Amino acid sequence: MAVEVLDSDGIRRALTRIAHEIVERNDGVKGLALVGIHTCGVPLARRIAEAIARIEGTEPPVGAIDITLYRDDAGRLGATAHMEPSDIPFDLQERKVVLVDDVLYTGRTIRAALDALIDFGRPAAVQLAVLIDRGHRELPIRADYVGKNVPTSRSQKVRVELGEHGERDAVWIEEAANGTR
Amino acid sequence: MALGNRHLLGLEGVSAEDITVLLDTAESLVEVSRREVKKLPALRGKTVINFFVENSTRTRTSFEIAAKRLSADAISISSSSSSMAKGETFEDTARNLAAMSPDCIVVRHPASGAARFLAGVVDCSIINAGDGSHEHPTQALLDLLTIRQRKKCAWKDLVVTIVGDIVHSRVARSNLFGLRTLGATVRLAGPPTLLPEEFREFGAELYYDIGSAVQDADVIMMLRIQHERMASNYFPTLNEYARYFCLNAEKVARAKPDVIILHPGPINRGIEISSEVADGPYSVIMSQVANGVALRMALLYQLIIPGADGIRGSALVEPAVTAAPGRARIE
Repeated sequence: MAVEVLDSDGIRRALTRIAHEIVERNDGVKGLALVGIHTCGVPLARRIAEAIARIEGTEPPVGAIDITLYRDDAGRLGATAHMEPSDIPFDLQERKVVLVDDVLYTGRTIRAALDALIDFGRPAAVQLAVLIDRGHRELPIRADYVGKNVPTSRSQKVRVELGEHGERDAVWIEEAANGTR
Repeated sequence: MALGNRHLLGLEGVSAEDITVLLDTAESLVEVSRREVKKLPALRGKTVINFFVENSTRTRTSFEIAAKRLSADAISISSSSSSMAKGETFEDTARNLAAMSPDCIVVRHPASGAARFLAGVVDCSIINAGDGSHEHPTQALLDLLTIRQRKKCAWKDLVVTIVGDIVHSRVARSNLFGLRTLGATVRLAGPPTLLPEEFREFGAELYYDIGSAVQDADVIMMLRIQHERMASNYFPTLNEYARYFCLNAEKVARAKPDVIILHPGPINRGIEISSEVADGPYSVIMSQVANGVALRMALLYQLIIPGADGIRGSALVEPAVTAAPGRARIE
């Protein structure tokens, strides 16, 4: 059984609000950059950057990182065929970077993303924006910007579908046999 | 490991799906070489031994850099600096290395079949880095990666011409298997003494004239004339070979206008390829070398970390054994 927790309007409003919060917290776009975490974080980062451009008239640069080879559970999850190139097309030095991901769960992805990001340079500050915070953190990590808090049980699965991947924008909670997302 | 040890002994019998996974993984790792910090933690705590019983600069350095960029502990040994110089057999040296619990041994050896032999003796992953005139799978994979980056059409629409000492070339053999599995047309060209008829059985077209072999080709792959593996005379003189088979600008002009030229190195300038062509605009030789590191990183990762949805172990564990043509002639 799957329950829709955000539809396309809900996702659009959440990302617009996050864009406003980012601009407010950082006093504009100067020195700002967004970095999406593959796969879903990348289109979300682009959308937030476009929303910021509508608000401020300037679009912050957007990068992408793949964290597969930085995961602490690579040995447990196994090798994967699905990797993407990381691409940080700007200097990280003195930048305020907003990491963007779809779902915040255990925090291990974000830990790996911080390691990956720092290999590209030393940002002035790193903030975190997520579309969904589903709880169950295993590390001391929290998001600065949250689209929607969705209480879940570990047995459930959160599925994010985006137009960029040929689907209708939506976020679903499903009952799954194993509790990984 | 759940799947048992996984090896890459050759491209013969490796599926198009597995090759594609390796190329895709390598493609996403190409950018690592452009980073400020060229290191990923994926193989932290893993040990890779490069066991080179035959000389090599490119392949050995490439494997060493690839292992180190993934944070594995990598050590390289060559036969001249090992106890093999004191008379220890290949098998005994290998068993001793294996007793130190490496996760992977990368082996190069002048005898065909050495990698497969090693896989049966020791208990870790084996990567064949060139065994005699049998196979050199990582060279072929990095060639495939280089071709795929430059040619956007489907494999079945590509014509690849491989020129030179086909019979002694492990590079030609591995490329032939890989390219045929992916569906490309493969033309082999060389003097009849270096190009046995049996290669037709592997789906290759044979040419004894380089001009017609490169006509409208998308890719030309030149092979090194291997003085060290030539027990007898296969052609009268190097000069005569060069006169007929050296790839020069005039011959390149017969290929497609967007042809790319590959060479696995080391180059014999003026023998199989002219300097003008080797350093010219169609040459992708330096891209091959750069891609080698990314490809070997991808392979080490996929072999050492047991796969969930990575390459399937099975095809790489026991590829079908068939006698490659030409082997009997050199042994």
